[in-house]
Amino acid sequence: MNSDNLIYLDNNSTTPTDPRVVEAMLPYFTQHYGNAASRNHPFGWAAESGVDKAREQIASLINVDPREVIFTSGATEGDNLAIKGVFEMYSRKGNHIITLKTEHKAVLDSCKKIEKQGGQVTYLDVNADGLVDLNKLEAAMTDKTILVSIMWANNETGVIQPMKAIGDLCAKKGILFMSDATQAVGKIPVDPKATGVHLMAFTGHKMYGPKGVGALFVNRKNPRVKVTSQMDGGGHERGMRSGTLNVPAIVGFGKAAELAEHEMEDEAKRLSGMRDRLEKALMSNMEECYINGNTDNRMPHVTNISFKHVEGEGLMMTFNQNIGVSSGSACTSASLEPSYVLIALGLGDDLAHSSIRFSLGRFNTEEEIDKTIKQVTEGVNHMRDLSPIWEMYKDGVDLDAVEWSEH
Amino acid sequence: MAYSEKLIEHFKKPKNVGTLDKDAQNVGTGLVGAPECGDVMRLQIEVDDDSKIIKDAKFKTFGCGSAIASSSLATEWLKGKTIDEALAIDNMAIVEELALPPVKIHCSVLAEDAIKSAISDYKSKNSIEETA
Repeated sequence: MNSDNLIYLDNNSTTPTDPRVVEAMLPYFTQHYGNAASRNHPFGWAAESGVDKAREQIASLINVDPREVIFTSGATEGDNLAIKGVFEMYSRKGNHIITLKTEHKAVLDSCKKIEKQGGQVTYLDVNADGLVDLNKLEAAMTDKTILVSIMWANNETGVIQPMKAIGDLCAKKGILFMSDATQAVGKIPVDPKATGVHLMAFTGHKMYGPKGVGALFVNRKNPRVKVTSQMDGGGHERGMRSGTLNVPAIVGFGKAAELAEHEMEDEAKRLSGMRDRLEKALMSNMEECYINGNTDNRMPHVTNISFKHVEGEGLMMTFNQNIGVSSGSACTSASLEPSYVLIALGLGDDLAHSSIRFSLGRFNTEEEIDKTIKQVTEGVNHMRDLSPIWEMYKDGVDLDAVEWSEH
Repeated sequence: MAYSEKLIEHFKKPKNVGTLDKDAQNVGTGLVGAPECGDVMRLQIEVDDDSKIIKDAKFKTFGCGSAIASSSLATEWLKGKTIDEALAIDNMAIVEELALPPVKIHCSVLAEDAIKSAISDYKSKNSIEETA
């Protein structure tokens, strides 16, 4: 897939579009190019048929009714639609939403927006493993709570929340449960109805589909859930999301879902084997390495590791001519803030600055893992040779006792 | 981040990495930054007592590519300068030389702080008055 020597280990950021998905999409650019909402001619019918099939493929993957799949431009839009849409639709019932500090910005920023509009939001802490405390969640619920929003799997650490337990709790209290499942759908079995999830946002480009298309699952029966549209004009998608459908992308999304349904189980086994091998090798090659996030409830293809006394951006520079990963370091973010997710785990800024996320994918090979182990090990050792705090640590200096001259 | 070639060169082959004896009379040590900030620079100078020329300079840095390159460059510039000449090194000169992007300018400021901190340490060890 990649040109010589390039290794892509940043699949949580986006995935390559599977060639089989591209192939499925192509006819919808120049052959079946009609508007799927044009009900009066064959051009529209062909496009509509492509969309219908995709809707079924996606519904099948997550075990819902096709009428419960609302197409969007991606998970960010899905998160916005779910949170703002529920807030507006159920305003007479209440105005309180509960979420976690470790959610994606699409959720957190949507919550900030509704706070400005008079909504109340509780941002719960997580424990050091990244998991929600169910007692704290229950304690936060009031008679004004209309929504709980908790992501299925975290994008930085891969940690999977106790979704069924949360679903049961929400059902008991009569509160809607929404989940940003972007990192989970297509990679592990995700069944919102069986879990008690009423709304679920996910996207094509995290599951080897194209960018620019996603879906929001909206439960139709028991309970019938509705969201106030955020995109108006034409009434598409049952009035929940107007706008001409991106037919080629939707068709691709559907194909990606179909492939995922059939290949997910074997793929997860293969990837977790490679991930475990990468993790074990790095942990044993070097001292002072720490895995971030609960390792029992974790996505099979992710490992987030802090290499103490080595800064993340610098470390990436030792191998980023050919290996693509992400870091929680402040130096890699436009805001110069370290990863808020890792901070919420109680990591401490220095370990957050030292973190690297490896997220494996369908097209990675064992050979790439071998090369990565070698290059990352060399990189860490090189950076430690340059690091004054590594030297101090080796000399037995208690770094917590040092008075640093911050600026 | 698309870094300049000079920056990448300093990062891949940093100059003067190492440690001088901080207890030596003619060595000044500057340690600036903090692990929580993601930047720690230790810059050391070895000064010739008679001529007050910096004979040797060494550094170690915990930080991103820009931080490492800035401190590597600083040690290069320090060697052969007098202490007063060294005090005149301005962070913007580092920014220009390495073509640091705006978001990384603070790394050059830290390098300048490290230089001043090392000189200040040398001066206080040798009872030289600080000039304003």
